[in-house]
Amino acid sequence: MEGLTELQVELLAATVKVLLVVGVLLGLFSGMTYVERRLLAFMQFRLGPNRTGPLGLLQPVADGIKLFFKEELMPAAANRLAFLGAPVVAIATAFMAVAVIPYGPPFEAFGRRWQIQIADLDVGLLFLFAISSLGVYGIVMAGWAANNKWSLLGGLRSAAQMFSYELSLGLSFVGVILLAGSFRIADIVDRQAGGFWNWNAIVQFPAFLVYSIAACAEVSRTPFDLPEGESELVAGFHTEYSSMRFALLQMAEYVNMITVAVLATNLFLGGWHPGVPGLPAEGIPGFVWFSAKVGLILFVFIWLRGTLPRFRYDQLMSFGWKVLIPLAVLNILATAAVVALARR
Amino acid sequence: MDAVLFYVFAVLAVVNAVLVVAQRNPVYSAFCLIAVLCCLSAIYGLLGSPFIATLQIVVYAGAIMVLFLFVLMLLNVKREERSPGDGVRLKAAGFLLCAVLVAQAGAVLLRARPGGTGAAAYDASTRRMAEILFSPYFLYAFEATSVLILSAIVGAVVLAKKEL
Repeated sequence: MEGLTELQVELLAATVKVLLVVGVLLGLFSGMTYVERRLLAFMQFRLGPNRTGPLGLLQPVADGIKLFFKEELMPAAANRLAFLGAPVVAIATAFMAVAVIPYGPPFEAFGRRWQIQIADLDVGLLFLFAISSLGVYGIVMAGWAANNKWSLLGGLRSAAQMFSYELSLGLSFVGVILLAGSFRIADIVDRQAGGFWNWNAIVQFPAFLVYSIAACAEVSRTPFDLPEGESELVAGFHTEYSSMRFALLQMAEYVNMITVAVLATNLFLGGWHPGVPGLPAEGIPGFVWFSAKVGLILFVFIWLRGTLPRFRYDQLMSFGWKVLIPLAVLNILATAAVVALARR
Repeated sequence: MDAVLFYVFAVLAVVNAVLVVAQRNPVYSAFCLIAVLCCLSAIYGLLGSPFIATLQIVVYAGAIMVLFLFVLMLLNVKREERSPGDGVRLKAAGFLLCAVLVAQAGAVLLRARPGGTGAAAYDASTRRMAEILFSPYFLYAFEATSVLILSAIVGAVVLAKKEL
């Protein structure tokens, strides 16, 4: 690190972080497609993809090659600009959101303190919320541009669903923010240091419940996968997409799912803190705890998909507006009262 | 660097704002408006207030415009229909309003001194924002606004229920 100016070090570190985070996310995306198919198959007493390579491990590679060489199709009546732009918007918003999340504990190297986090914003959580609220545009554009009734219905459902559940998602953040007194995600993680009884999943249990349900709906996973309900809408908003554009939409969905899992780990499950006092949270052990928690949440996502049937649309709406939002508001009221009284 | 970014976002905002009005297709107009809001948010960020920048996205681009687009797509509006007759009057009113706006902007520009105390002199952090908002000067206005929004919500529910 000698012979480099401060600015050069910063730039180098930023580049390395961006490459690392994007690389790991892309790897995780292709890994997740395999893991999801295999686990789902086991849950349904099937084998899943097991022919390509040992245990079928090369299946994501084969899928990638297949998607690259497939023909790009575009409906003649599609809106060209919006049709081509939609996957770009979807993937751009998905990757912007990952920039403000810390991955794992701070550690010492080259005589400096590092943290794997691309941008440490003061308003980190709020920024994440803003970007996730933009994510719906990619889907809405895709659904509208294809000029196909299934796509349009999928896009509309998606807009209504994301809009409704985003409110409870945002409200579930508020209790956590009130306790930490900061929008910075690292501050929120550090508040949960010590035993697992300090975790927001326990202290803020109603918020955790609301977050889990709303996050599931935000990323349109079963039982909230109405926007792409196969039995009624073919494939929803991405019916008309093929080849790499389809892969991009798919990738955006998985990246969003991973973001939601990482955020749940940071906000509610104590991030890189082990939850048992006395165990080390810094350095390598912290990364292990962190990855284990993220992996567990991703497994639960797949488990839910293998277990639960899909909601009906009116159930989805009335549940979101009449149950989740009141619950989140009550939680905020209670938390705010406790925080204000404790400050007295 | 900040100045370059400011001009990039300012030009993009103005171009998109013109496109919002000039487009015939309402869905395009909505997308252009979203672009304008994002550019404004970037400019707030450059002025050193990330809180207002993110709120701009959360409230306008992330919530209000989603509803706009939802309605536009639900009704499947293709092209704007023009009603003949009132075009001249609307245009005259538009030009008049534009003239007032240009005069106002000009008055502000004439009074501004280059190199004076700009936005950098303010502390635009989230904490400072909250302190100002809940200070005695703004508290009543803030509370009055929330009551206004609440009554608007009640009004919306009443109107919607009448249709059911």
